[in-house]
Amino acid sequence: MNLILLSPWDLSLAALLILALAWLSWRLRLGMERRLLIAAARSAVQLSLVGLVLKVLFEQTQPLFIASMALVMLSVAGWEVMQRQRRRFSGPWGYGIGALSMFLSAFSVTLFALTIVIGVEPWYQPQYLIPLLGMLLGNTMNGIALALDQLSRQAWESRARIEARLLSGARWSEAIGEIRREALRSGLIPIINAMASAGVVSLPGMMTGQILAGSPPLEAAKYQLLIMFLIAAGTGFGALNAVWLGSRRLFDERERLRLDRLSGPRQ
Amino acid sequence: MAELRLDALQHPLLGVITLSIAPGERVFLSGPSGAGKSLLLRAIADLDPHRGEVWLGDEARSRMSAHRWRRRLGLLPAEPAWWADRVGEHLPPASEAAPLGLENMLARLGFEPEALDWTVARLSTGERQRLALVRLLAQAPEALLLDEPTANLDPRNRAQVEALIEDYRAARHCPLLWVSHDAEQRARLGGRRFVINAERLEPEEP
Repeated sequence: MNLILLSPWDLSLAALLILALAWLSWRLRLGMERRLLIAAARSAVQLSLVGLVLKVLFEQTQPLFIASMALVMLSVAGWEVMQRQRRRFSGPWGYGIGALSMFLSAFSVTLFALTIVIGVEPWYQPQYLIPLLGMLLGNTMNGIALALDQLSRQAWESRARIEARLLSGARWSEAIGEIRREALRSGLIPIINAMASAGVVSLPGMMTGQILAGSPPLEAAKYQLLIMFLIAAGTGFGALNAVWLGSRRLFDERERLRLDRLSGPRQ
Repeated sequence: MAELRLDALQHPLLGVITLSIAPGERVFLSGPSGAGKSLLLRAIADLDPHRGEVWLGDEARSRMSAHRWRRRLGLLPAEPAWWADRVGEHLPPASEAAPLGLENMLARLGFEPEALDWTVARLSTGERQRLALVRLLAQAPEALLLDEPTANLDPRNRAQVEALIEDYRAARHCPLLWVSHDAEQRARLGGRRFVINAERLEPEEP
């Protein structure tokens, strides 16, 4: 099977569909045409740029360059996690908890995959490292953001109940235990659902892309399975870590609930 | 039982407060709403950051883990919260050890033992308040900090709750700090009376 190269003409045909949708939105006064066109233009520019950067990156294996690329990806993901919190931890913790958890889970799982599972030589070969890391960061980011958001929101709303448990002599970990479990659950459910419905309800995007790019379906399925396992593990470990750090931060050394360590709500 | 002693307790919204309550003594606290009565009780139970030390007999709070301190000290908030579905799930496992006996306490407030199987959601405000007192006393606290325990009760229930609190105080000989808005109640039950006024603790004018 050969990869059928997409020509600019093919892409413009697909872009026509977007234009048609924008026109319809304008005619029906849905008011979505402006945002639709801007988003489509953004995706075109961003993906072309990333394609160019990756092309340059893949042509060389300078560890320093690759490391800084990975670092940029991590810091953007950390920022994204922070942005998605309705009530985030104030101070450096707001950024730190999410970024550290992603660093610990996404980096170690990527490293594990590259050195032990796939066995890439050298392990930092950018062709494997960057897409894998991107995949993991993007997905653990969702799980960690959901779990942390749930944790801080629930703690805020359940103040009276948490303090009632503290007053009955419970340790901080018992007083927040139910909320902690709930937060972890909401972080993990998306990836669990994705694994459960993979192949039956939906063909995962990565596998579809690989098949379209000419890989044998079974090979594509194997890679997809690998990615899913890695994502589930990375999300789980990352969310565990974030929820543990976050719930610890909600209490001080005298086991008091410190909601003053959360910032006010944001829209 | 031991004396409860507040040693230069200092909260940002309160002045410096020093107060000793002898074993078995009843002390009333009143003051305009927002004066910081509940804050003082919260500070004693170590729920908010503040300065100062609290002693239970010769044991300093700072030498004890926070959860152990809160278990030994019984704080009843003005609006007690419930975290589980059923009333009974909130009670400590060994509550038979409570000095007045669990079923006895329930009966004295007009509840059958089955009340423990009730879901919290179906309780009325008054039932919640009375059952919260039973829940607190079942922990066998060594000092009582009560924040308006009879505020929403009709005269009959108020008398039952007062009697139960008094019996517990007498049976355990424990210090009792009672926040009450009810001047008649404060005068009738007696004991030392303080007002929180402009961040200070002052004796109530008779």
